[in-house]
This record gives sequence, structure tokens and C-alpha cells, in this order.
Amino acid sequence: MIFGAILAGGVGSRMHMADMPKQFLPLGDKPILIHTLEKFLTCSRFETVYIGTHADWINYTEDLVGKYVPHARGRVRVVCGGENRNETIQNIIAALEADYGPDDDHIIVTHDAVRPFVTLRMLEENIDQALQWGAVDTVTPAVDTIVVSGDGATIRDIPDRKQMYQGQTPQSFRVTLLRELYRSLTEEEKGVLTDACKICVVRDYPVHLVEGSYTNLKITTPGDYKIAQAMVGGDILD
Amino acid sequence: MINQVYQLVSPKVFSVKYDDVSYGDKLIVQPEYMAVCRADQRYYLGQRDAKTLRKKLPMALIHECCGRVVYDPEGTMAGQRVVLIPNVATADSDVIYENYRAGSYFLSSGYDGFMRELVALDRRQVLPCGNVPPQVAAITEFVSVGVHAVERFDRIAHDIRNRIGIWGDGSLAYVVANLLRIRYPHCCLVVVGHSLRKLSLFSFADETYLSDDIPDDLAIDHAFECCGGEGSYAALEDIIRYIRPQGTVMLMGVSENRVPVQTRMVLEKGLTMVGCSRSGRADFEAAVSLMADTALQRRLRAIITEVAPVRSIEDIYRVFSDDLTTPFKTVFQWRL
Repeated sequence: MIFGAILAGGVGSRMHMADMPKQFLPLGDKPILIHTLEKFLTCSRFETVYIGTHADWINYTEDLVGKYVPHARGRVRVVCGGENRNETIQNIIAALEADYGPDDDHIIVTHDAVRPFVTLRMLEENIDQALQWGAVDTVTPAVDTIVVSGDGATIRDIPDRKQMYQGQTPQSFRVTLLRELYRSLTEEEKGVLTDACKICVVRDYPVHLVEGSYTNLKITTPGDYKIAQAMVGGDILD
Repeated sequence: MINQVYQLVSPKVFSVKYDDVSYGDKLIVQPEYMAVCRADQRYYLGQRDAKTLRKKLPMALIHECCGRVVYDPEGTMAGQRVVLIPNVATADSDVIYENYRAGSYFLSSGYDGFMRELVALDRRQVLPCGNVPPQVAAITEFVSVGVHAVERFDRIAHDIRNRIGIWGDGSLAYVVANLLRIRYPHCCLVVVGHSLRKLSLFSFADETYLSDDIPDDLAIDHAFECCGGEGSYAALEDIIRYIRPQGTVMLMGVSENRVPVQTRMVLEKGLTMVGCSRSGRADFEAAVSLMADTALQRRLRAIITEVAPVRSIEDIYRVFSDDLTTPFKTVFQWRL
């Protein structure tokens, strides 16, 4: 079975613009999270879409689901997020395995709630490639030259831009693979993880690439939010 | 949810517009296969007059499309492959066809066509297409235009239908000729065109002629003009010359220019000239029913060139460029 995992655990500390986490801010006429959820729900291949959110926001998230997508209430489950992104994913894996039982064929498509511009094409290619390869990342070729600096003061290296990509989400995995690789990491290794694909990279498991889009914007800062609102023609809250 | 609409903003320039599609009363369809129409190509190349372009752009192109229903508020059509109907009728009439009715409009003419990630449509704007292969189902709108013309012809033309002439050797002529062959299996079909290579595809026609080599004694009871553009004038000249008295001329080719008509001969022969454009839901239903026949599917495949899927805006430019070199219909998978 194939499952969606929308990561909505953020508390919005970078936004400074509202009391609520950024995934709940309105974009056009509805919360950012709902835009993302609706796109997942149009993909009929998802058996269930899990939303991992902070414990304090579980009831609120369930209210939103009931309000905006009542017809699909049975395909959505809200679960408690973890300390960080990967812990939230592990919580979702635990929930889906409790619901459906463990199975080597389960696929999970993880995605940032604050990337509402994700397209069905990206979701479907993630599913197709995760079924084939077991681990998939969505990326776009780097536009800017990437500069590496160890000390924050001087350049240590400028890698060949043609080999550089910017990581986005979705990131998709065979569930058992991701669970076992994560369990095999030491606490120190877990400490340096920046995203779920790194779990595979640390253990030398190949992660295949799906083409993302420059418009698959991650709404992280007030500037991103203004850009996103301008893209959909919505009012800018400030 | 946020939906991506790929609009032509000016000739040869596409841009993405984002709109919000919500779960509500309408069905939501994910386009799968599309076909390029000459009308799309005219917008893309900027061959419409400047005033029209100013009025109609920005606009998503493409009105020939099939897709899959990803949401149905009633649940019955979810997952089905459907043909998308671009004609939107806003009023009822027992007399006037919906495609000519005041207030009707057309998606991809002043309103966004189907080059979108998702399309929300009323139930009457989608039609299940059963087992018709998607590459063929993509041109259903095109076939329905032919169905509409043949249907009107059948109601209007007098009963002597021994010889029907078709002027044109392009996609429209080919589809109309096929539909006439099905409707009137014993009628003599005469096709007049410019290109021997294209005419050779009309293997089911009884007679084919190059337009500069028409026998003087050619005679037809009725005619379908399927040329349009620069060819309209010459085609009409020929038709009026070779058609027998009281024949019916179905005008189907679009021309951006005014076309002189030899009205003296039209009057002398008592001809009926019938303008035909677009189609309605009934024509789509008839088209899908006809296209269920694998023999017609095979015939239609002969004019379809499937080019590489569209996965980016750059691919949209490529498709319109490719379409200029394909002899008949250009079909492509929509993966955006």
C-alpha cells in the first residue's frame, strides 16, 4: 500500500507574523496545509494520508480536515509529531503499521506541509520510483553557484554546479527500509540528519532523483509567504 | 488546492498562473492526453489579429483532451477515463444547437483551455470514453465536430446523396470522410486535395483528385468544405462549379480573411450553404459511440502522431513546434 505523510510539525518560529504555525496560515482562501492535503487526496493511489503535527495542534488540524475535506475524512489520519522531522516520520510509520500491519511493499511519500505547490506529477513519479528503487528524493538543478565554507568567513570549495541540486520534498521510501536504516543509526548519526534521505545516504543506500520544480516553494519565511500569496493572488497578511 | 494553469500570455510565451481548485459540486479531472488544434496553433504563432489576441490572452490553450476523474462529489465517476467537453452552454433551447446558442462559450477561446494540472468541470462537460485508447480519445472533440456537421447535413440536404465531395486533404477532411463513409456506406465519396501523399490516406474514398487536376465533368450532389485558411476561396470556387443544382455546401474550414463567393452561381443553382463550427454534448456522445469501433480507431490512428510527453513548459514549446511538421494531428501525454 502507498501512504502519504505530510509533515506539519513546525511551530512557525521563523515567521514572527502570527501566533499559529506557518502551515496553518491562509494562502488564498484556505490554510497552507489544506492546499497540500487536497493535492495528496487527489492522488487515488494513497490509501491513507497521515499528517504529523505538534501535539498541541492535533485537534485544530482535525478540525481543519473536517471543515475543508469532509468527504475524505476517512482517508486522513492526524498523528502526533516527534522531536524533529525524522522522529515525526517514525511516528507516522508506527501509526500506519499499527493501522495496516507491517509489509515490505508499503511505500511512504513524505512531504513538507509548507510546500503547497507540489504537483500530482511529482507525487506520482515519487510513487513510481519509490516502488522501483526504494528511496527517492525530489530535486531541482542548482541555479546559483554553491559555495562551501567551513568557517563562515572564507571559501573552502566551489563544487561543479552541474553536479549540484537543491533538495525539495516529496521524499519517498519503502517503509521497512526507512524504519530499519533509521534504527541502525547511532544517536550521533541521528544528530547530523537534515532530512530523511540523509538516513539512506549515511548508510550508503542509493537514493534516486525525481525532478522537482522551482515553484515547489517551501514557505518558511515572511518573504516566502508574500511570494506564495502573490502567486495565488491572495491577500498578504502582515 | 493550488492548481497550475499554463497560459499563453503572448505569441510563443507561456506562463504559469496559480488558481485554487476546491472540492465542491464539480468533478475534478487530471488531463492525460491532449491534441493540438489548428486554432491553438494560430494563437501560439500569433496568427490571430492583434485585437483578438489582446482580448483573449492570457489563456490556456487546448480543447482536445481526455483525462481521468480524480474527484467526483457523487463518487460514481472517480477513476474513470473521460473526454473533456470544452463547450459550455448557459441556456436551453430546442431549436438552436448549444454550440451556436447565445451565451455559450468555449474553453480555449477567451476562457482557459485544458493545459492545466487539474480541471474542475460540471458533470455535463465530461463523458466516459470506455475502452477507446487515450491517444485516440484525445481527438474526440475533433471527431465530434465532424459528427455535428454530418448530422446537420443529414437534416438539411436533399435526399439525392449519390456523390458527396470533400474539399481538403487534412485531418478535418479525413475525419469527415470517415464519418460520411460510415453514415452513407453506398455513397460515392470524392476527395479533392493538394497533396498526393495526404490523399493516398483516403483509401476508403471512391475518387480522389488533386485540386489542379479536377476532371471537367466532375459532378457531386453535395459538398463539405474542409480547407479553411488560404484554401477557402479556391475550394469554394471549385465546389460551386462542380456541385449540382440545389446541393448543400457544408462550410467547415476557418479563415481569418474574408472569402469571396460567386453568389451568381449560388443563386443560379439554388445552393444551400451551411456554416458548421464546434459541437455539443450530443455530438460528443455520438463520437464516443462511433469510436468504440476498433475499425474507426485504426483509421483515426493513421492521422495521429504521438510526440514525447510534456513534462515542462519547455516541452509545450516543443509540441507546438513539432505540430508544424506533423502532417495531421499531434497528440501528446500531459505530465505536468
